[in-house]
Amino acid sequence: MRLDPIAAPPLSRQIGLPALALVATLLVAMALALIAGADPLATLGLIAKGAFGSKFAALETLNRATPLIFTGLAVAVAFRAKLWNIGAEAQLYAGAIVAVLLGTGALGAPLVLPVSALAAMLAGALVLLGPVVLKTRLGVDEVVTTLLLNFVMLLFVSYLLEGPMKDPMGMGWPKSPALIKEARLPRIVDGLRLHWGFALALIAAVVVWVIQSRTTLGFEMRAVGQNREAARFAGMPVNVVLVKTALLSGGLAALAGWSEVAGLKGHLSSDLSPGFGYTGIIVAMLALLHPLSVVLSALFVAAIFVGSDSMSRAAGVPTYIADMLLATALLFMVLALMLTRYRVVWK
Amino acid sequence: MSDPRDLVMRLDRITKRFGALTANDAISLTLRRGEVVALLGENGAGKTTLMNILFGHYVADDGRVEVFGEPLPPGNPRAALAAGVGMVHQHFTLADNLTVLDNIRLGTESLFSRGASRATARARVEALSRDFGLAVHPDARVGSLTVGERQRVEILKALYRNARILILDEPTAVLTPQEAEALFATLRRAIAQGLSILFISHKLHEVMAIADRCVVLRHGKVVGEVATAETSGAELAAMMVGGEIALPEARPATAGKVLMRLDGVTTPDKGAAPGLKRVTLDLRAGEIVGLAGVSGNGQAALADLISGLILPGSGSVSMDGPLARWSPREAIRQGIARIPEDRHKTGTIADFTLTENAVLEGYWQTGFSKAGLMDWRAAESFAEGIIAAYDVRCPGPAARIRLLSGGNMQKLILGRVLEPGPKIILANQPVRGLDVGAIAYVQSRLIAARDGGAAVLLISEDLDEIMGLADVIHVMSEGRLSPGFARGSKTAAELGLWMAGQGFDHAA
Repeated sequence: MRLDPIAAPPLSRQIGLPALALVATLLVAMALALIAGADPLATLGLIAKGAFGSKFAALETLNRATPLIFTGLAVAVAFRAKLWNIGAEAQLYAGAIVAVLLGTGALGAPLVLPVSALAAMLAGALVLLGPVVLKTRLGVDEVVTTLLLNFVMLLFVSYLLEGPMKDPMGMGWPKSPALIKEARLPRIVDGLRLHWGFALALIAAVVVWVIQSRTTLGFEMRAVGQNREAARFAGMPVNVVLVKTALLSGGLAALAGWSEVAGLKGHLSSDLSPGFGYTGIIVAMLALLHPLSVVLSALFVAAIFVGSDSMSRAAGVPTYIADMLLATALLFMVLALMLTRYRVVWK
Repeated sequence: MSDPRDLVMRLDRITKRFGALTANDAISLTLRRGEVVALLGENGAGKTTLMNILFGHYVADDGRVEVFGEPLPPGNPRAALAAGVGMVHQHFTLADNLTVLDNIRLGTESLFSRGASRATARARVEALSRDFGLAVHPDARVGSLTVGERQRVEILKALYRNARILILDEPTAVLTPQEAEALFATLRRAIAQGLSILFISHKLHEVMAIADRCVVLRHGKVVGEVATAETSGAELAAMMVGGEIALPEARPATAGKVLMRLDGVTTPDKGAAPGLKRVTLDLRAGEIVGLAGVSGNGQAALADLISGLILPGSGSVSMDGPLARWSPREAIRQGIARIPEDRHKTGTIADFTLTENAVLEGYWQTGFSKAGLMDWRAAESFAEGIIAAYDVRCPGPAARIRLLSGGNMQKLILGRVLEPGPKIILANQPVRGLDVGAIAYVQSRLIAARDGGAAVLLISEDLDEIMGLADVIHVMSEGRLSPGFARGSKTAAELGLWMAGQGFDHAA
């Protein structure tokens, strides 16, 4: 078996293969449901119903998609410049910590929301700055440093919640005090459980898209990602670009944690994120690193999670099916992506 | 000669397509015992593809290869070796940290075999190097050998594996004229011992000197097959390019003032590549300075220095006074047009559009961006201007540059760096890998820029190119720079001696 590169993949291939990947994912989902002893088609139906079947379900999906859009954007921005930020989880918690620090009375309205949002971005950016400086100065692999920082950060959060940030009224639970009302993100429409974090995430996606396609920084980030040697030769300040990319990426990931605390939970606990930082990698890859597609892929991923939860209650198929589905979706998408650019020759 | 038993190799209607491109179109050729056949053709004519099929790196879409009357299984380098086909690649496949002897034995037997077999191997290698005039010490580390010596090791490797057919891919590209002469002597001995040789080249005088027969390829097809004795260089050249293309002839020009001066510049070595060793060089307005030398003798360091990628370790570089800062961006700002050696890796970004590649170095200038926002419309019209003025054949400015041929890619780079009206032009191997038409175009643009008052530094491994274009020729060897020789004051052979490192001691 050999792979022959295709110089200019036709549009049919570029659209058809990812679509095929989606179909293949659904087929795998049906097979999994069959193994679990449920009716495959009904299971898929239940997932869809659980995700979008009611106003409540749809809003839940949008809420779940919000942090995924932020972490997906964070990863997409970094990966586009070939900066392998695996540490969105750590940056997310940095944002969440700042939301609590500034949101529990340190600042009042109207400053608290904008200031804590910016401070959260700064904190997330700083968390990623260390690994990037180590990379540009000493050539330390950022995959390792950003990944390991996730665990450092989670332990740091545990320490805060057991110590300085512990809620005195928490009945012994490791959680922070609740945010004051002024520090909470309001709901978009009264009575509907959807907060402004979602709108902010959509705006962030558009802003990132504009940065990448319309600014000199975006041009530099793409050039550095595509061909570092050519970018350097052309006079681009490669290391500066990497640092700027890191600041943007870390800031975006931090907004995920900030909006979860300020918009949804109202306090910080060590189970704030069920791996949003890692899932952000899947979201970004499914979106082929395009910032606008990140929104769609985050909605898809959120729908699978939310839908699987409710399907599991109804059909008795374990919720692990959600993880399996995402994994297969990612694998098929990566495969489809490769097959758009290469033709397989059997010999 | 016509005895069929003499036939050692036969290629029968070999066809290989890459997408829409037919690299080899029904190519047939034969090789007889004791014969040297030259495979001639421009870059991109399909020579290397054919060799890779022969040696099993590629699988042909159609056609077959027979060696000594037996069909060769496709896609199997091991089978080619076993059948007695030995290949000497343009880029050597040797392990630097092993000795000559170990490199030769590598892959033929276990390195842990007992001393006896090692001794036998050594005796065989010594006998082979004596018989074929391939002087090289079996215990020397390959890393310490010169390029010419490494090539001998490659040939010994093939002979050690009992190759009866030698395929040499552009063997003289990395050699000085003297080393090439020694190689030819070896090849003549090999023929005398009954070996057959397929010699790939685009250098006519070499082909005329060594080959019995020439097979000329153009656009993947055999366009002619002649006995060397019955043809002339001019006839072969016409066959190669399919008609006469006059290469531009540079008229001598009068040099103006010094635009850039390197004074005793030394740069650190970079791995095996030597840095500059106290190099002093003037680049003058209206003058083409040619830099000759065998590849890997410090040309890269000089190019990197002028491109802004590295700083002088000691010594000074001045342009209208000493340079305060130095970086690629600063070099562009100072009006240096830089044509890099590797247009695919360094000069362009393959998946970027022509527009994006056109503004790759100038995007930050007013006109292409304002307050950090790109003006893509201006960038696109700049690219369209280049496409029109430099005759870049492409689907349009929004096409990805990876779809372009090397020549068109080079024209875009040329437009990118020449449009701003540079003072100094650094042209590093500007025509390598281009077809004759594109070569003529690029060279005429360089000459025009010189006539317009620019200083041109032309770095090339092709001595003919240097001698044809340069007003002043310097030779580099191991990071040292020879004095400048005026156009026509030195013959190729004399320059070859400098390339081999002779003369520097007296000059220093």
